Amino acid sequence: MTQSVVVQVGQCGNQIGCCFWDLALREHAAVNQKGIYDEAISSFFRNVDTRVVGDGGSISKGKICSLKARAVLIDMEEGVVNEILQGPLRDVFDMNQLITDISGSGNNWAVGHKVFGSLYQDQLLEKLRKSAEHCDCLQCFFIIHSMGGGTGSGLGTFLLKMLEDEFPEVYRFVTSIYPSCEDDVITSPYNSILAMKELNEHADCVLPIDNQSLFDIISKIDLMVNSGKLGTTVKPKSLVTSSSGALKKCHKKPFDAMNNIVANLLLNLTSSARFEGSLNMDLNEISMNLVPFPQLHYLVSSLTPLYTLADVNIPPRRLDQMFSDAFSKDHQLLQADPKHSLYLACALMVRGNVQISDLRRNIERLKPSLQFVSWNQEGWKTSLCSIPPVGHSHSLLALANNTCVKPTFMELKERFMRLYKKKAHLHHYLQVEGMEESCFTEAVSSLSALIQEYNQLDATKNVPVQDLPRLSIAV
Amino acid sequence: MSIVTVQLGQCGNQIGFEVFDALLRDSHSFQGLCSKRENEAYQTSCKERFFSEEESGVPIARAVLVDMEPKVINQTLSKAAQSGRWKYGQHACFCQKQGSGNNWAYGYSVHGPRHEESIMNLIQKEVEKCDSFSGFFIIMSMAGGTGSGLGAFVTQNLQDQYPNSLKMNQIIWPYGTGEVIVQNYNSVLTLSHLYRSSDALLVHENDAVHKICAKLMNIKQISFSDINQVLAHQLGSVFQPTYSAESSFHYRRNPLGDLMEHLVPHPEFKMLSVRNIPHMSEDSLAYSTFTWAGLLKHLRQMLISNAKMEEGIDWQVRPPLSGLPPLGKMSLSKDLHFNTSIANLVILRGKDVQSADVEGFKDPALYTSWLEPVHAFNVWKTQRAFSKYEKSAVLVSNSQFLVKPLDMIVKKAWNMFASKAYIHQYTKCGIEEEDFLDSFTLLEQVIASYCNL
Repeated sequence: MTQSVVVQVGQCGNQIGCCFWDLALREHAAVNQKGIYDEAISSFFRNVDTRVVGDGGSISKGKICSLKARAVLIDMEEGVVNEILQGPLRDVFDMNQLITDISGSGNNWAVGHKVFGSLYQDQLLEKLRKSAEHCDCLQCFFIIHSMGGGTGSGLGTFLLKMLEDEFPEVYRFVTSIYPSCEDDVITSPYNSILAMKELNEHADCVLPIDNQSLFDIISKIDLMVNSGKLGTTVKPKSLVTSSSGALKKCHKKPFDAMNNIVANLLLNLTSSARFEGSLNMDLNEISMNLVPFPQLHYLVSSLTPLYTLADVNIPPRRLDQMFSDAFSKDHQLLQADPKHSLYLACALMVRGNVQISDLRRNIERLKPSLQFVSWNQEGWKTSLCSIPPVGHSHSLLALANNTCVKPTFMELKERFMRLYKKKAHLHHYLQVEGMEESCFTEAVSSLSALIQEYNQLDATKNVPVQDLPRLSIAV
Repeated sequence: MSIVTVQLGQCGNQIGFEVFDALLRDSHSFQGLCSKRENEAYQTSCKERFFSEEESGVPIARAVLVDMEPKVINQTLSKAAQSGRWKYGQHACFCQKQGSGNNWAYGYSVHGPRHEESIMNLIQKEVEKCDSFSGFFIIMSMAGGTGSGLGAFVTQNLQDQYPNSLKMNQIIWPYGTGEVIVQNYNSVLTLSHLYRSSDALLVHENDAVHKICAKLMNIKQISFSDINQVLAHQLGSVFQPTYSAESSFHYRRNPLGDLMEHLVPHPEFKMLSVRNIPHMSEDSLAYSTFTWAGLLKHLRQMLISNAKMEEGIDWQVRPPLSGLPPLGKMSLSKDLHFNTSIANLVILRGKDVQSADVEGFKDPALYTSWLEPVHAFNVWKTQRAFSKYEKSAVLVSNSQFLVKPLDMIVKKAWNMFASKAYIHQYTKCGIEEEDFLDSFTLLEQVIASYCNL
């Protein structure tokens, strides 16, 4: 079994990370009743004897002593990380695995990437190496950050290049929160596009998510709960939408519910690698199957049924409904409509009491309404994990490599151009050492090239599929 | 003589478990509708073939379990131990921490060489335990990374290290609509490599077995264990002991050798498939009776019309009338009408088996012209019934059964290859475009050869 390390960068990254660790602990507590430190837990947690001072405290088997998250927390302001360290999760984090500063990046990618990048390069490397050493077999780095700010965006992407150089064999899965249209950070288009160039070049796989979609999903859940039609009772043990099993429906912090969705995404993504099932899917299979060409590694995700993301006990609707919902545009974690765009590949990761015949039946049912690229007409990757999410009987995570990401990128580019044409706020960036206008032009052309790739694929959309002439053999 | 089984990857290990379980259950839990002495001879023969004995008396499967990540092997070992009736050897597994990622190239070029010594040592130990060794039975899937890539590598190694031993590969063909996106690439690479190094490829298609579960067994929510159990039943009915000749007094000693001798007369034609009859849920079985005539008539028509199971057989298909020129090259674009065979083996088990009339299978019209039916067709009859079936028949056939599915896989792989999609994942592990082209060429050759029968 392999291990993964979570690197959470910036305010957004750390807040989501915090939700993730909370949910991960709950999930493992529910599955692992006997408190034995097993391989599933070791994928995200170390078992440490806290009485031992210094580094020698790791225990690899036997009863759980104290779990430490395999995480590195990075932020250039102290507020968020301090809050985490004073909160209920403080014992889960290793004090040595933090990097903080005081002044913050000022929503400036250049500050995050160039200034803090070079300032903290050695420390970053040291912490990352340490976390890798604690792993028996490190398979993947999960980077969580936002694109619109300064630290997550700038320093987060600086890390990517470092990880690629230092750990070339280890996968880099990036969960990126893209800025919505009404984002209140004016320079978010600059930050995002500069970051995207790094994502294009150094990430193995990117899961783009935007706040608007998360917000819409939360509203839908609230609607389901408040409508009372489905008879709700608060579940004491399910993965909660607020971080302290409270019975109240209002959330303690504004982004809590939304962050929990992303946390659920990461848990479900790794469930088939951690837990047993009749058709396992490891993390390296995600990249192998869903990335047909190195640059096209952006995957749109959807989690269904929605109520698995909520604290409520809604009687399960038909299984098939779960599959249908996974393809509707209202359930995607990005503003995108995969059903009306072109699929390059699609993965369905099912948890719980679902068998291969249910999976097949639904694929057959939904296939006619979806458009797949001509060379991958049967582009499905499936997995079945026996362990359902806590408190529910089944769930589905769909990952789509689909041209529906194009509008998001195009829109981002437009917002960028509106600012850039007027040179608005540009001086904040250019005054940073190492930044030049060419950084901007290169970033935009990198994005334009990517959009062009998607355009070319879209052009093949309605062309009838023709079989290519085969090799002819002299008999 | 004993058979050593090598189980590779998730699929191979999950199926391997079901096979051993089915074999032992049949041999020990059923009386077999024959005399006690007969039954005991059967049990001894089955045991010698597939199990070795330990001091505790619990039979140990003659198997080596290989997987590149630990979850499935752990599950398989504990399921076997829990059954109480048999188990796997304590040191019979090889396991790593990180899987092959559905990447044939990774299984073949990275895991293979890296772990060659350890895996071959394990196999060597198992072979040494056999008093007399018949050959290898390798269970793997084609769609994934370990079963397919590492499986191909191991088979090649077995050919080098044991050139005089036989190897039969049990290959699982994935569902047509995707279990793994790169399954067609993995399949093409696997089949072409195995064609060079294996002696026979026994193929099972997930789609076909799924239909059996749905239509014949009436299972509502079909799981992979259901599918694997059907598979195990089919394999059990082929590999359990049989008599060597019409009126013989002991069980065949060399199952693999006999199978190969009868079914693979020419190295260009190695693909075998299995059809069995009857197959139904236990509830239905209690209310059914069979005659050999009925069973054999259906089995023959299944062969001729390329049916995957006993339901939905197309009775319109007939062999060409003898004396007339053959129907000409089989065309892939039209529906296959008549399935020409190279060689067939029918194994009959159960009550009154000596009275079963297999003349219908000896019709020369069923076969290609270059073998006399007397060489092309064989039948093995055994009094002892299999599992709960009073009468059961299984057909192992080297015929055009698999041409269409193979052609489909090659077609899809070729279309994807033309766009170069996913190729970078293979080249970074050392499998180049030329390797793909070589594989395509070999398989097109195989398809053409089978079509021209």
